[in-house]
Amino acid sequence: MTDTTNHNDFSFVRTEMAQDQPAPVNTHGPIAWLRANLFNSVGNTILTLISLYVIWIAASGIWSFTVTHAIWEGTEGADCRVEGAGACWPYIQNRLLFFIYGFYPAELYWRPNLAMGIGALLLFLLATPRIPGKLIVGCLFLFVYPFVTFLLIHGGYFTGLEEVPTELWGGLMLTLIVAVTGIVASFPIGVVLALGRRSRMPLVRSVCVVFIELWRGVPLITVLFMASVMLPLFLPEGTNFDKLMRALVGVTLFTAAYTAEVVRGGLQAIPKGQSEAAAALGLNYVQANAFIILPQALKLVIPGIVNNSISLFKDTTLVSIVGLVDLLGAVKAGTTTSTWSAPTIPVTGYLFAAAVFWVFTFAMSRYSQYMERRLDTGHRN
Amino acid sequence: MASIDSNQSGRPALADEPPKVSLINDPKARAIFYQALLLAVVVWFAWYIFGNLTANMAKQNIRTGFGFLNNTASFDIGFHLIDYDRSSTFAEALLVGFLNTGLVAVIGIFFATVLGFTIGIARLSSNWIVARLATVYVEVMRNIPLLLQMFFWYFGVLSLLPAVRQSMELPLFSIFNNRGLVTPAPIPSENFWVVWLALLIAVVAIFFVNRWARKRFEATGERQPNVWINLALIILLPALAWVVTGSSISWSIPELAGFNYQGGMHIPPEFIALTWALTTYTAAFIAEIVRAGILAVDKGQTEAAQSLGLKDGDRLRQVIIPQAMRVIVPPLTSQYLNLTKNSSLAVAIGYPDLVSVFMGTTLNQTGQAVEVVAITMLIYLSLSLITSAFMNWFNARVALTER
Repeated sequence: MTDTTNHNDFSFVRTEMAQDQPAPVNTHGPIAWLRANLFNSVGNTILTLISLYVIWIAASGIWSFTVTHAIWEGTEGADCRVEGAGACWPYIQNRLLFFIYGFYPAELYWRPNLAMGIGALLLFLLATPRIPGKLIVGCLFLFVYPFVTFLLIHGGYFTGLEEVPTELWGGLMLTLIVAVTGIVASFPIGVVLALGRRSRMPLVRSVCVVFIELWRGVPLITVLFMASVMLPLFLPEGTNFDKLMRALVGVTLFTAAYTAEVVRGGLQAIPKGQSEAAAALGLNYVQANAFIILPQALKLVIPGIVNNSISLFKDTTLVSIVGLVDLLGAVKAGTTTSTWSAPTIPVTGYLFAAAVFWVFTFAMSRYSQYMERRLDTGHRN
Repeated sequence: MASIDSNQSGRPALADEPPKVSLINDPKARAIFYQALLLAVVVWFAWYIFGNLTANMAKQNIRTGFGFLNNTASFDIGFHLIDYDRSSTFAEALLVGFLNTGLVAVIGIFFATVLGFTIGIARLSSNWIVARLATVYVEVMRNIPLLLQMFFWYFGVLSLLPAVRQSMELPLFSIFNNRGLVTPAPIPSENFWVVWLALLIAVVAIFFVNRWARKRFEATGERQPNVWINLALIILLPALAWVVTGSSISWSIPELAGFNYQGGMHIPPEFIALTWALTTYTAAFIAEIVRAGILAVDKGQTEAAQSLGLKDGDRLRQVIIPQAMRVIVPPLTSQYLNLTKNSSLAVAIGYPDLVSVFMGTTLNQTGQAVEVVAITMLIYLSLSLITSAFMNWFNARVALTER
């Protein structure tokens, strides 16, 4: 201690910390960021300028087409038949209900609305990880909801509701019906096929492999054509099978093959020790799969299933080729009517449909990425 | 049961003797039973469907068999690569459709690969704006249905093009109007095949030169001026053939005659819309694959290559790209296959591809749904199987050999 008092005379030893200095201006702040990220070399500067030019062209083009040159008011196509006119928004406004419900009777809109509300609620309960009771909600969604929806939208039978034949269904409603049916109905088939493909029995395995590869190897449009021209020939004479039903069968079989491959990936990720442990406990094949293997495997494949649903949702547009009026079909049908004919109406309609589809698929893909991150943490040591 | 049996016979059960179980609990017997059951169900189902099919077809007077393929098709196809007219047979129509599908697939795959790799690399760019721009492209394109994009380009954009009289004139004597694109067409003279032959020889020679150069490089470390030798071969050999044989190319320039352009090469708007939509859509998926592939190569590989003193180009060519390709190629081939299958959407905008010509027109004319659907599906199925066979072969070749 005496030493230190002696050294106090030396003034070059600091007794307190120096004040923090702000970093030099050229290493932080927006200018430094611009320099580091956009203009750090000649090549990058050129790239930046080209990108800015591209953004400028695209943004100004879209802006002038959808806003400044767009027609906002009007009652028929003639109002949009102006030299240099942009998007024709009255057309969307006029046709909006048709785009959503197709030819469904207007006074009965509450029925599809209710069905979709229930579906949205169930999906919300299923998709939010924190809410318990997934098994009950899942079973409701897989096994009860489809029938409720069908009875609500179709009516007839014992319900006392006015019957609305499927020919009148259309628009976004039909798109959602095809997509949800495809996903829900294909799921159990896909799980069975995936288990069958991993079976030790050669015949079971080969039947499943042939089934899966057959559907995965051909384009969906050929499946839909097949369903619409060949399905009636396959069934006993007199069986009446409407157009929507045929398309649904085709879509379901097609999707089941893809679901099976996704589920198989999940099954392969479960270590063999799990099934051995189940066997050691005395569980049989069904019990081991139902209580040990599938709960773990299905949790792993949620992102894959969502990705499948995204492609299926996009692929539902193909049913417009076999004569159903889904959202795309409704937009296309709208562009060819005589009251609404103007050069920019097709572009307007397709832009609108694209925006609707994009919102759905983008939300789904974000959800899938979120689940992937969430599930990932459990499996990294 | 088993233990009681062995006690009664007064013989102690041996440890390595399989325990006797009743037939119901024997896994082998069960497996045979289940498979027999499945076989019975499948056979019954096939028989049931076949019975309904024959009954229904007899009722509706639909002919069966593949004889119709030799009948005269008597419909026109707007776009064909081989000779075809109304007097051609259905088999020839099938071939025309198949070739049209193939043309779209090959051109689409080429452009989608170029665009997809560009965008995939752009997404990893250190340039913030370039990376964001690429991200926006990918998120927009892959989240909108392909058919919708096709309709947008075909019914929306291409229908806004001017009529024949007000055609847009592009550089190089090309014409663009609502009937499509007309470009000058090369008309090679008769002995031009010699030039093609020379080109082929050049390609083969380049293959061998490169192989020799690589072997020599690996043995001695000497570098050969590969690029220059390749360039010289591919330019000089055909040029030499051209000069020696005196062959020539004349150009057929499109000219307005009456109501349409005569001469030149006519590319229909359906083809343009289809190829454009397929290319831009598939490129978004390829970009994601390329990005994932590059990211999959561990950073340590780059650092190790740098510490070995490899130059940037060598680092990419010898270390990064071979490892990235191992991740990229399998999903890339399945995207190529997807593009080929998606080209069947041509039927919606009227481009005469396989589905449009065969499952559309031919099916309507002959009514032989079963045969037509079976042939079409079989063609797509064999394309798929060939592709996956290639994929398996490639995987086996490049798979990581771990010790």
